[in-house]
Amino acid sequence: MSSKLSNETVLSQLTAKFGSVILDSSEPHGLLTIEIQPSALIEVVKWIKTEPSLNIAFLTNIAGVHYPDVLDREFAVVYHLHSLVNNFRVRIKCFLAENNLVIESLTSIYSGANWMERETFDFYGIQFNGHPNLVRILNEDSMDYFPMRKQYHLEDETREDKDDRFFGR
Amino acid sequence: MSELNEYSKLNHLSNETIDGEISTLNLGPTHPATHGIFQNILKVDGEKILSSEQTVGYIHRAFEKLAERRPYNQITPITDRLNYCSSPINNMGWHMTVEKLIGADVPKRVDYMRVIVMELARIADHLICNSVIGVDTGALTGFTYVFQEREKIYELYEEICGARLTTNVGRIGGFERDFSPTFHKKLKAFLKEFPKVFNEFDNLLSRNRIFMDRTIGAGPISAQRALDYSFTGPNLRAAGVDYDVRVMNPYASYEDFDFIVPVGTEGDTYDRFMVRQEEIRQSLKIIEQAYNNLPEGSYKADVPEFYLPPKEDVYNNMEALIYHFKIVMGETPIPVGEVYHSVEGGNGELGYYLISDGGRSPYRLQFRRPCFIYYQAYPEMITGQNISDAVLTLSSLNVIAGELDA
Repeated sequence: MSSKLSNETVLSQLTAKFGSVILDSSEPHGLLTIEIQPSALIEVVKWIKTEPSLNIAFLTNIAGVHYPDVLDREFAVVYHLHSLVNNFRVRIKCFLAENNLVIESLTSIYSGANWMERETFDFYGIQFNGHPNLVRILNEDSMDYFPMRKQYHLEDETREDKDDRFFGR
Repeated sequence: MSELNEYSKLNHLSNETIDGEISTLNLGPTHPATHGIFQNILKVDGEKILSSEQTVGYIHRAFEKLAERRPYNQITPITDRLNYCSSPINNMGWHMTVEKLIGADVPKRVDYMRVIVMELARIADHLICNSVIGVDTGALTGFTYVFQEREKIYELYEEICGARLTTNVGRIGGFERDFSPTFHKKLKAFLKEFPKVFNEFDNLLSRNRIFMDRTIGAGPISAQRALDYSFTGPNLRAAGVDYDVRVMNPYASYEDFDFIVPVGTEGDTYDRFMVRQEEIRQSLKIIEQAYNNLPEGSYKADVPEFYLPPKEDVYNNMEALIYHFKIVMGETPIPVGEVYHSVEGGNGELGYYLISDGGRSPYRLQFRRPCFIYYQAYPEMITGQNISDAVLTLSSLNVIAGELDA
């Protein structure tokens, strides 16, 4: 089943409606990817859900990403949304600075965002403003760091009995 | 008369003390009814559930962190352990994600072989789920019937890859070997015998008055709420939404096959059961179509940088030796990119969101695990229901702890 919408039409509709809020757009492997200002997230997600010609009303997933070397854009929150009616997928990215890791919660629009945001908080420490119960979900409550951040290595770097640096690890 | 007064007085009194007394019940973490390790703290008034609080994460194994350290071919065994009732679907979903990233051109035969194995996995997954619904209603017989058939599916896996549960089947680019003659023999026997056993199982439960009374109306969810909670797979279809990744975004040549997507209406336990039953029949239909039209050709794509060369070549052929070394040491160049690929897993849309920065391991790999996403709707589904219905709802949602916790 092919999509009834094309990336160009959706992007032009979004640019016409939001303009400067959309900072960047690309199409990696055919999936429309837009970067928006984090402050406009709720507005954009709500609009593409209710706009009849788009009907992008299904939240597929939320993923956090850590880019420690990019100044003021250290963290990304990536949303995949899907229009089941038009069979159209879109990826929305919001970049956050490490000193202000706050983004609006989508729980008011999608109930399913609840645990997805909790998981992102659990692993990256990103705060979701307006979330009803933002506590750790998979990790232990007493954990005092966010394990998916890049500075935490998988294995203990101080160990000397596992020296396999020659093999690129 | 005075006796009657006394009686009603007593009755009234007892109502006052028992009614409204709220007790707390721990369903899990290890409980025979949960079929996995996760906890539900139920607040109950007698049998009636007032609220439920979930705790998950008991078998969290940091798969996403592990994946950031492993070469691409070593991530396949991690995916086994997501929904371990249908590991081949997870394995092949991952392979297809990487193939999408590297732009591999996969032969038609590989697609058809994959479809056969994935649909076998779907049958195995649904058999477990549906027979366990039977067990939870007190009907053990059906379970014993179909577990013999599931065993045969595991024997088929064994013929392909040597493993049974955590299969690690296939490679990036195809399969490690072609289907063996024994596989063909066993698959033919399975296709012949399974429908009979399955019909017997179906006769035991589908129109069984007791089973219907127990499951109709247990743990319902409306289509609207299910979509709001990002349900996918049989649980969403039971609520009446015909979303199936195999039809919407066909992968592995699913567009070649003729099958229907069954939907329910009420989204209750009975509908989920019936949707899975029909999906098993449709899966059989797909396997028959794929097997009868199995194209000639290679069982692997031409991607030497990702597909381990045959051992005899490694010893005799310089190029093969280089590729072998590169793959084993994880020195294969990977294109920079970002890809989301999803397959219809046993429980719904199993997605892989992969970001590659060109390094030996993914920069970020996120698994969209259907269980994790729809299990959060569980309290809403069981509030106001009886404890026994909650147990049924849990087994009919097919919550697999491995997929839940990643």
